[in-house]
Amino acid sequence: MASVARLVDSRVLIPLRLLGLTALAFVAVGAFLLLFGRNPIEAYGVIFKGAFGSGYGLSEVVVRAIPLMLCAVATAIPARMGLLNVGGEGQLHGGAMAATWGALTLGALPRGALLPGLVILGLLGGAAAAFVPAFLRWAAGVNETISTLLLNYVIVLLVEYMVRGPWKDPMSYNWPFTPEFPESARLSFYWGTRIHAGLWFALVAITLFYLALRRTRWGYEIRVIGDNPDAAARAGIPLGRYVLLTMCVGGALAGLAGMAEVCAIQSRLRPGISTGFGYTGFLVSWLALHHPLGIVVMALLLGVLSVGGDMVQISLGLPYATVNIIMALIFFVVLGGRFRKSRSG
Amino acid sequence: MAVEAPSDGDHVYLRLEGITKSFPGVVANCGINLDVGRGEIHAVLGENGAGKSTLMKVLYGFWQPDAGTISVDGKRLDLRSPSDAIRAGIGMVFQSFMLIPAFSVAENIALTLPGSGVLLSVSAIRARLREFGSRYGLSVEADAKVWQLSVGEQQRVEIVKLLVSGARVLILDEPTSVLAPHEVTKLFEILQTLRRDGYTILFVTHKLNEVMAIADRITVLRKGGVVGTLPRAGATLPDLVDMLLGERELRAGSFERRDHEPGGRAVLELHDLSVRSDRGRTGLARVSLRVCAGEIVGVAGVTGNGQTELGEAILGLRRPAGGRVVLDGVDVTRRSTAAILAQGVACIPEDPLRMGVAPGLTIAENMVLDERARYMPFGGLLTDWRAIRREIELRVENFGIAIPRLSVPVGTLSGGNVQRLLLLRALARKPRLLVAFYPTRGLDIAATRMAQELLMVSRNGGAATLLISEDLDELFALSDRLVVLSRGAVAGSFRPGEVETVDVGLLMTGAAKRHEWQASPASSIPGS
Ligand SMILES: Nc1ncnc2c1ncn2[C@@H]1O[C@H](COP(=O)(O)OP(=O)(O)O)[C@@H](O)[C@H]1O
Ligand SMILES: [Mg+2]
Repeated sequence: MASVARLVDSRVLIPLRLLGLTALAFVAVGAFLLLFGRNPIEAYGVIFKGAFGSGYGLSEVVVRAIPLMLCAVATAIPARMGLLNVGGEGQLHGGAMAATWGALTLGALPRGALLPGLVILGLLGGAAAAFVPAFLRWAAGVNETISTLLLNYVIVLLVEYMVRGPWKDPMSYNWPFTPEFPESARLSFYWGTRIHAGLWFALVAITLFYLALRRTRWGYEIRVIGDNPDAAARAGIPLGRYVLLTMCVGGALAGLAGMAEVCAIQSRLRPGISTGFGYTGFLVSWLALHHPLGIVVMALLLGVLSVGGDMVQISLGLPYATVNIIMALIFFVVLGGRFRKSRSG
Repeated sequence: MAVEAPSDGDHVYLRLEGITKSFPGVVANCGINLDVGRGEIHAVLGENGAGKSTLMKVLYGFWQPDAGTISVDGKRLDLRSPSDAIRAGIGMVFQSFMLIPAFSVAENIALTLPGSGVLLSVSAIRARLREFGSRYGLSVEADAKVWQLSVGEQQRVEIVKLLVSGARVLILDEPTSVLAPHEVTKLFEILQTLRRDGYTILFVTHKLNEVMAIADRITVLRKGGVVGTLPRAGATLPDLVDMLLGERELRAGSFERRDHEPGGRAVLELHDLSVRSDRGRTGLARVSLRVCAGEIVGVAGVTGNGQTELGEAILGLRRPAGGRVVLDGVDVTRRSTAAILAQGVACIPEDPLRMGVAPGLTIAENMVLDERARYMPFGGLLTDWRAIRREIELRVENFGIAIPRLSVPVGTLSGGNVQRLLLLRALARKPRLLVAFYPTRGLDIAATRMAQELLMVSRNGGAATLLISEDLDELFALSDRLVVLSRGAVAGSFRPGEVETVDVGLLMTGAAKRHEWQASPASSIPGS
């Protein structure tokens, strides 16, 4: 009777349910903290004060939400047709590498030409990283969940290799990073904060995702595939082409997140440009049920947790892992809630 | 077999009184009274949407009624969930089965038992399976995985599941709608043995001949209310039709059939088509046939004898191992499904819900699935959903489908309504070639008539139709030519006038040898 549940689960009920489950996860973490002799109220206080207590905290929430939103859309687009892209992290690094190559070799170009070029390179880098598992899925039926996940390690190690080898800054006293990008390769910052032009990329990507899903034939066909691939194939919808399309577009957006990280936040490529944005973005997408607006909200929420996590570390002496546990629990509770629902009846 | 029908209140075992249940916008059951005697097969007869399933789900504790009471043996029951019903000895087999394909039969049964897994080990279940299997002819292999079973076998698993859980009242919701004729016979034998052992059976159907074959007493529902209850012995077919349909008049039953050779050109030609099947299923072995414009070619055969593969090969969903598929003179054997559909091919698939629609999308969205290019021009940017909805509403209304709104997900509709929508969708395209699998399956009498009429109109308009069915009456009524498919090969080809239904039935089941038919002059294939 999943069908009946679908009717009942109106636009109002789903967000309410998500909110309730999220709250439940916070309570669970509170119990966990209590167990270790910490005051959960105090910990949450620190987290929220860290995020909302100052203009700086607030701006940092947005800064972290940018790659989360892009990586979430990278998950959501293939997810809408039933594919699990766990490769956001690798695709982000792929985009970052491609953009780095552009910044290091085309630095002589004027900013107006270079930046659009780097955006395209970032998109292509991410798309290329996603193309490999997409192609394997299309041509040989290789499960994309596993291949995207495994490829993450490969690409991250490739970045390590590049920054320690061919791209290493000769002036770095052996630190593993590339030379600093030229000014013309840097994205603008706004309002005296670290919020950068990547915000527009993310918002435009989410808006386009929404419009494409609702207003275009592509979106329609993707939704049909996601709902019933057999019926889609019988209606002549080319499933294979959509595997390639959704994975590569998703990968491209994660790549754009990587481009923005290196061209704005870091101004160079180095290991650790992402603190698991790809994975957290995956989480964001699932928490939002792959819904565009939900992605914005959930990315901000996890942004709060991430900024708050730094504060917990500093002022309470709790490990950053506390925040990872909160995230994992939210994920667990929300997905558990979903599966329980779809099983009943 | 003599039938003892409990005729008075003394023998009432199960009693439903004043059951009322409404859904937003519809009263599905309205003050329904139903008395069922112990150990009787009680048929609940009604057209699609009459409220049969709803009533049965109330009895099974799946829905809570808005009003009314249920009692068994004079004891009032308060059923808040199916587990309450199971505890009270009431079990139900739904229209769509609830088995897990990857699990074995024994595991599936273990899963659904109260306190499952803990109390009953799989080996104990195996013993029970064997016991019930031999006593009621319900033999199923305990270790077979459910996905390997035929629909009939899956149904038997569902029934055994109820017996193992201790049910004494068995509710079967349209159990025959998914079965081939010989499986129906088998099911009826099982039901009769169960009745002999004192099981009480509620048999839900919209088919009159089944009611006459198996029921002890019959309750007819119409528009959510009881029209009447009568013993089978006192029922006649015309009476039941009147009760079922009420004031509505039935249209004349036979269609003008053309005796002359259909003049059209060949639209579909299959030349020695061979198809490999998935493991364990029959493929196609050098099948040749030809369907002309303005002609309905019926394909008779028991499900699983290559019909699915035939459809998939024509639609380009399955690469043939040999032979050719030719559409309007063009070889399309290696073309994509999209290209083949674009040549004017439409299909009503054998499993509408699984193959024909996206259940989570709305009715309107599903109705444009076959004609995306027309309805969604410029990449869909200029889709006029309002105009689409108006167009569909008009068609739906003409066809007499009761649908709440076009914005509800298709998955919430009854199987019969989904079938009607698919029929409308396929015919709205005015296809060159229509491949129709069981086009009237799950439809009630009135809708079946209408669907058949639509097929005839489409034929007379010049469409070539390949009609795949198990219903011989329908095949004989509609087809210009008949082909029998048995074990993936053509076992005979002839005009409906030349043979009797019985003979075709024998040929379908492999009981008659094929050479008897090849003597017939009309059996030269493809076409003349
Ligand atoms: N879950 C539901 N939600 C809304 N309407 C329903 C639901 N189930 C059944 N109905 C409506 O109730 C009426 C009776 O349906 P049903 O009991 O399934 O009929 P039957 O089994 O006799 O074909 C129909 O009009 C149907 O659309
Ligand atoms: Mg029903």
